Amino acid sequence: MSSPPTSGLWRAPDLSLRWWPVFLRNFLVWRKLAIPSLIGNIAEPLMWLVAFGYGMGALVGELTVDGQKMPYLLFLASGAICMSVMNAASFEALYSAFSRMHVQKTWDGIMNAPVTLDNVVLAEMLWAAFKATFTATAILGVILALSISHSPKLIIVWGVLVLVGMMFSSIALIFNALAPGYDFFTYYFTLVLTPMMFLSGVFFPREQLPWVVRVATEWLPLTTAVELVRPLFMDQWPAHPLRLGLVLLATTVLAYWVALALTRRRFRA
Amino acid sequence: MSVLLEARNLCKRYGAATVVDGVSFAIAPGECLGIIGPNGAGKTTTIRICLGLTAPDEGSVQFQPGDGAAPLAMPQDALAIKAQLGVVTQFDSLDPDFSCAENLRVFGRYFGLDGAVMDRRIPALLDFAALRAKADARPAELSGGMRRRLSLARALVNDPRLLLLDEPTTGLDPQARHLMWERLQQLLQQGKSILLTTHFMDEAERLCSRLLVLDHGRKIAEGAPRALIAEHLEREVVEAYGSGAPALAHDARLRPLAARVEVSGETVFFYTPDARPLLQALAERGHQHTLHRHANLEDLFLKLTGRQIREDA
Repeated sequence: MSSPPTSGLWRAPDLSLRWWPVFLRNFLVWRKLAIPSLIGNIAEPLMWLVAFGYGMGALVGELTVDGQKMPYLLFLASGAICMSVMNAASFEALYSAFSRMHVQKTWDGIMNAPVTLDNVVLAEMLWAAFKATFTATAILGVILALSISHSPKLIIVWGVLVLVGMMFSSIALIFNALAPGYDFFTYYFTLVLTPMMFLSGVFFPREQLPWVVRVATEWLPLTTAVELVRPLFMDQWPAHPLRLGLVLLATTVLAYWVALALTRRRFRA
Repeated sequence: MSVLLEARNLCKRYGAATVVDGVSFAIAPGECLGIIGPNGAGKTTTIRICLGLTAPDEGSVQFQPGDGAAPLAMPQDALAIKAQLGVVTQFDSLDPDFSCAENLRVFGRYFGLDGAVMDRRIPALLDFAALRAKADARPAELSGGMRRRLSLARALVNDPRLLLLDEPTTGLDPQARHLMWERLQQLLQQGKSILLTTHFMDEAERLCSRLLVLDHGRKIAEGAPRALIAEHLEREVVEAYGSGAPALAHDARLRPLAARVEVSGETVFFYTPDARPLLQALAERGHQHTLHRHANLEDLFLKLTGRQIREDA
């Protein structure tokens, strides 16, 4: 039998509940460091909001988004939380996952047990999303504590951000699968994430951008996240919830699948 | 012979290079099969094929499950087979952030073993690895031998029927190596089977009931260690070393007393069924530095695979 039926890189993910012990493993390691990590998770957005929100907000005052006036602090908070989720998910799915996959050989150990690579990749994706969600929760706590927003729709924001975390984890795992070493991730951060951070309407409305750039950035993953989340902060509904939700979901599934295929290729020695 | 694992005609090519070329073997319950060969001979690839981590271009691997059910095949039944395997790789993959006990508990979960089962197994596994006192220590605090024993204990969490060990004692000091051997012998006595690769001929001779010699991806010999030595080598070896030793290889009086002569550096190896006349002749010639011994597995290995260093390996 020269080509067993299970050999295609792009075959459907073969998933079972065995992702759970892998996820739990990551959780148990993280739990040992959770308190310092919680402090970092709260301190960083707090600095952003104080420096940019109050500092810059005093200069900018209010802006008009979709015909609605909103304080700059609220505008920034609703964008920065998406950016923080993106960064948290990306860091975990790049540096930390790469350590486990390549440096510590944790994945190799796991795959000597009856756990498939597909489940390991799923566990890493969900784990990075969990950490991003943890960050989002901490920031939402800060936002509520500072009375930046009282929208009851913040509970929906939380749910959306879980999915945003999954999307950016999946995208990052594509680059994890391709990485020869840690240096590779610098390119991803400087060439992909940093431009996206400035072009997705986190710090200023995308209407300020030239027409061509505005159209081109319309479909960026971070733009999608910000456009879903920002109106909810103002206790309103997004303009195209279905379209945006579908883009988020489709990007996540597609990116996970690509990441899985490339990781399979990496491990197919 | 009842068979636990059977590999048939395994072939693996990377581009133009064939790293495993038509290798077949079988392991019986309670047996220790050793794979020996120079670096690059295909040992690790063979193990990886048995684990379903590398897909062979040709050939098959079958595993006979314990309950008498139909045989399982790699890679289709990989998960069912792995549930009955224990693996120790060349480079340990212990979790640096967990203690010894936590390492075992976390690994047990990958096999679906719950907390109650692991509560019972962990003390016994730590005792077996002589790590009871180190239960709460992290791998970085352990010596190389302790880490390897923890890897072995981890490979035993699922009470496997077959252990696959890739160079289990490389890099260990003699004490740690002997303790490892003792533990592996205990496992064999319990009826477990072992497939191991090694570069240490004393390890192969001590542990393995049968050996597979690989070179350039091909099986070049197979059999029990003593039988292989008897089949391929003269019974005795006289090594002559020291100044003037290489010239002895061409000595017209000594030459006929040995069945085979090899020179390696400053040492001459005389292989002979009976060393007495040769030793006498060497003494008469006044050569002081000689070592007389039985032919061993190392001699066999070097005869079959050559003495030259593999630059490409």
